[in-house]
Amino acid sequence: MRKSPFYICLVGALVAVTLDGCFPANGKEFTGLSVARPDTVPWPTSFGFGRKATSAEITRLDIDVRPDGKGLPAGEGTAAVGKVIFATKCAACHGVGGVGGPNGSLVSTNETTTKRREKTIGNYWPYATTVFDYIRRAMPFSEPGSLTNAEVYNLTAYLLTANGIIGEKTIINAQTLPTVVMPAQKLFVPDDREGGPEIK
Amino acid sequence: MKKKIIHIDQLSGNISRRTLLGGAATAAVVLVQTASGKTIQEGVSTTELLPDDPTKRVGPLPGEVGTRSAFEKLVKKPSETSSRSPLQDFYGIITPSDLHFERHHAGVPAIDPAKHALLIHGMVDKPMTFTVAELKRFPSVSRIAFLECSGNFRTGKETLTPQDVCGLTSQSEWTGVKLSTLFREVGVQPKASWFLAEGSDAAIMTRSIPVRKGWDDAIIAYAQNGEALRPEQGYPVRLFLPGWEGNTSVKWLRRLELSDQPFMTREETSKYTEPIKDGKFRQFSFDIDARSIITFPAYPKTVEKGWIEIRGLAWSGRGKVVRVEVSTDAGKTWAPATLQDPVLDKAHTAFRYLWQWHGEATEILSRVTDETGYRQPTLKQLTDARGNESGYHFNPITAWQIKSDGTVLFKPETT
Repeated sequence: MRKSPFYICLVGALVAVTLDGCFPANGKEFTGLSVARPDTVPWPTSFGFGRKATSAEITRLDIDVRPDGKGLPAGEGTAAVGKVIFATKCAACHGVGGVGGPNGSLVSTNETTTKRREKTIGNYWPYATTVFDYIRRAMPFSEPGSLTNAEVYNLTAYLLTANGIIGEKTIINAQTLPTVVMPAQKLFVPDDREGGPEIK
Repeated sequence: MKKKIIHIDQLSGNISRRTLLGGAATAAVVLVQTASGKTIQEGVSTTELLPDDPTKRVGPLPGEVGTRSAFEKLVKKPSETSSRSPLQDFYGIITPSDLHFERHHAGVPAIDPAKHALLIHGMVDKPMTFTVAELKRFPSVSRIAFLECSGNFRTGKETLTPQDVCGLTSQSEWTGVKLSTLFREVGVQPKASWFLAEGSDAAIMTRSIPVRKGWDDAIIAYAQNGEALRPEQGYPVRLFLPGWEGNTSVKWLRRLELSDQPFMTREETSKYTEPIKDGKFRQFSFDIDARSIITFPAYPKTVEKGWIEIRGLAWSGRGKVVRVEVSTDAGKTWAPATLQDPVLDKAHTAFRYLWQWHGEATEILSRVTDETGYRQPTLKQLTDARGNESGYHFNPITAWQIKSDGTVLFKPETT
């Protein structure tokens, strides 16, 4: 520890220089007590890092579907076909007919229980396009990304039919899916909390 | 056989190695020199490792990575969907990176940073892709801020620890490039009002974020507490939105798409929305309201008569903590706690309050006020405002019962 006094002196000297105020930074006089440089230093219009993305790169990743239908692929599906796929690939987690599975019901029933009503696609999901988007990106849980677009359309048609939102003959595709109005949509309101004394 | 410990490789934190060696009593894996001079790797017990007098044995030589003391048993509490930080075991305001809470929707992906890139496209002048190395070349920024899951509330029984009640909040120093820097680079169009953030996990998790947050203080983070992100925290790159519900800080970030409307993903419709009055549900509730919790004394600790330093954490997603008050008489009277510097914007702030306990049964509570004037509500105030259902963004005052024998229990309140 014999070196300590030397280090203390050195640190003291550096602090003194810094506090004195002016030192050159990037060729300019920079004044102030703070060592940190503000982000007012002129930046170039572009740093030139990264590169332009190709349309192929964008297409490969751009799988999202918006409520207005933007992003929905070609293809179509019906409830009858979807019902079979659901029984094979989904019912183990979400229950037979989409009711009561270990990972949550997807289909509303009229049964009233003392328990809080379970949130399902039928009573809680505000947009039908979300059903397609979510199944395609994340389901089945054990084999994500394994379904074809046709299978996803069929499953979407089945789940909307089972929840009583569309008729069982309705063909679900890029044109029809965005027009499906979900019962829960009118229940959603934007966040109105804004800080301040009021508890919301 | 006489053997000499020549190098301690790893103390007992490493479960896989202990399991490998087949003995629960193994405290460390060490290099030992046998009587014949041969160096071998071997598991040793705590007894072998700990001499009666540590001044009589040379300890381990400098190693490549540090270890946690074998006497400190800090663990997260995992469930199938999340893993909670042990708030009661922490000091100060930084969460050790390996104890940061976890919440993910399809496990932790393994990503090679050399093959990972961030694509920004949609309503931009120039759609671009950035490798992780390129992201690191931009001007960088660091800030200390908390990250809390908006589903961070538990009650229902007295034997809950701070970790159980509120362990889905953690704090780190995050380093990365400001999203505004990248917005500038790609030329975000004036009509873009939302952007989609998408992860590269097996759920390809997505959230829609208002563009103004991107210009304001969003960070594309690649580091946490001085090193690269942990895989559980989004390695190699994540979105970090200071003060906003954790789910919006999308991990393993691979894509941002600028748009003139939200995408209405599953995580912002069927999840992360909460009931309010009149059968309505609140959507896009991003900001984390102010909250505090006493982390000592708390279950399962016990207390003795005399002086007790009550300690805890307070934070707000809307700015700085300006005041924390503590009550030691079940909420009848309140007194200001001392705030420990630094008190940072959108950050866990440590508080403490010195209390002399005479052995009476009572309850201790804390409540925080942030710089917007918001004061942490009681559970009743919350349910009065929102109706009788709990849900996301539940931040009520937490009470701990002090029994006359020194037992400390959580107070599970009901509405």
